[in-house]
Amino acid sequence: MDDDGYAVRAEALEKRYGEKRALDGFDLAVRAGTVHGLLGPNGAGKTTAVRILSTLIRLDGGRATVAGLDVARRAREVRARIGLTGQYAAVDEVLTGRQNLEMFGRLFHLGGARARARAAELLEQFDLTDAADKGVGGYSGGMRRRLDLAASMILAPAVLFLDEPTTGLDPRSRGEVWESVRALVADGTTVLLTTQYLEEADRLASRITVIDRGRAIADDTPDGLKNLVGGDRIEVVVAERTDIPRVVKVVARVADGEPDADETELRVHAPVTDRVAALTDVARTLQDEGVRVEDIGLRRPSLDDVFLRLTGHRTEKEEPAA
Amino acid sequence: MSALDLTAPAAHGRAYWALADCWNIVRRGLTHYRRQPVNIAWQLGFPILSVLLYGYVFGSAMTVPGGGDYKDFLMPGMFVMTMAFGFINTATVVVHDSTKGVIDRFRSMPMSSSAVVAGRGVTDLAVACAELGIMMLTALAMGWRPDGGWGFLAAFGLLLWLRFALIWIGVWLGLLVPNPEAAGGLFAVAFPLTMISSIFVAPQLMPDWLGWVAAWNPISSTAAAARDLFGTPVGGGGSWVERHALLMAGVWPLVLTAVFLPLAVRRFQRLSR
Repeated sequence: MDDDGYAVRAEALEKRYGEKRALDGFDLAVRAGTVHGLLGPNGAGKTTAVRILSTLIRLDGGRATVAGLDVARRAREVRARIGLTGQYAAVDEVLTGRQNLEMFGRLFHLGGARARARAAELLEQFDLTDAADKGVGGYSGGMRRRLDLAASMILAPAVLFLDEPTTGLDPRSRGEVWESVRALVADGTTVLLTTQYLEEADRLASRITVIDRGRAIADDTPDGLKNLVGGDRIEVVVAERTDIPRVVKVVARVADGEPDADETELRVHAPVTDRVAALTDVARTLQDEGVRVEDIGLRRPSLDDVFLRLTGHRTEKEEPAA
Repeated sequence: MSALDLTAPAAHGRAYWALADCWNIVRRGLTHYRRQPVNIAWQLGFPILSVLLYGYVFGSAMTVPGGGDYKDFLMPGMFVMTMAFGFINTATVVVHDSTKGVIDRFRSMPMSSSAVVAGRGVTDLAVACAELGIMMLTALAMGWRPDGGWGFLAAFGLLLWLRFALIWIGVWLGLLVPNPEAAGGLFAVAFPLTMISSIFVAPQLMPDWLGWVAAWNPISSTAAAARDLFGTPVGGGGSWVERHALLMAGVWPLVLTAVFLPLAVRRFQRLSR
């Protein structure tokens, strides 16, 4: 099944749309049984990569295998081994949750009896039993996404593609989807997860590939990427400009590097490793010294920070695709 | 993990699964109507309203060349209009499925990809049968009295044959237009296209050039052939296409299918680009 322990391999993938190179020599290797994050801004090529690997579109150059099978030559066999959950929930909104899963089960050629049994099993697993016989049109965003995940899991696929599974979800629904993904991986499914959020990749993935302009520009563990941008930072905002030098001195005692001071925003920040201890130390010292603090906290490095460090340019903000 | 054995049975060949997949897509389409029966009412609303408006409000002011009651002339035209507007329904469902990602999910599954389109077509024909049934009952209630027998069945068949041809225009447009809202705008195009035909008024009563266009409108041939077969007033017309309505009611849908079926299939294949 696997290709030397890799569930997904892509070498020098090319995909052109007219003049635009959506993928420009993209490489990827995903170890079987892991969650692999594909991190990048809108338009970087994440979705194009997933669509090629899930056999939805043809590649213009390079080679890709999923579960050891060439996606171009053995598409039908690949399809029997993958699950795909897109940016929007690709379930039927008119049917009920149960009718959806039974229909997809029959289309996966399980036959009526097994399709019904599998639907019941998945509704239970994804905590949708209570809403099973209600129309999907009335589901919350999180429920819909869970149903979409369940539909992707009907054949217990070897590889699951999750294309921005939590985009547009509120924090609670996001947490629910994360829980479901963790449970799937515990059962041995390999997951390729695309996301714009470093935090999401950090929470779920054991390895992250950063993609920019159709190329992989970094491939590392979440900790490795965060170390690259200096990890978490402590951030203090003061009320008086004259306090800034004192704050810099206090922060410098716990920081890993030289604190940065922003005179106009009255903000001092510096990288820290011992996060909570550093925060309490700085907060207590500033209080003892009588400095008026407007805000104090820990800031995680964002995708913007990773990008800035890796590419030297900020992520280009675009409207999410409809 | 599942307690079930999830391996697909290998006992069946590709053709079996293509048919089974198609049937499952049809089941889905019919379940939609079962869950939202009001949709049929929406689709029939306009033709039924037209029957009432044209039959009762304008009816007394309408004349049928060659004689006969206008209501009898109108009814087969309404059946044709119901079939003609069907392509909007096809396009709307297809554009929904393609923009919401349902078609992508089907394409990522190990099912027959032709079943996605074929299943749509069979569903639409089944719904068209139901719509024709309801329209005909309405017409009978209003005093329409067609000839029975083989002529009736042949007319029914020609109406479905037109609807079959329009499925491919619907699928093609559904994959072409960018969003469901745009599909709603198709009605504005379809309405004048159905008016400039023999559905409401005999073409010979129109200005020469317009009458010529109306007579050559493919749906006019189906309307004229159906009127002839139902034994209701045909409304005359001496041009070649009007004298050969029965032939053209068979030929036009064939031509439309020959043009738009390949276009629809190509559009579907282009999704892989």
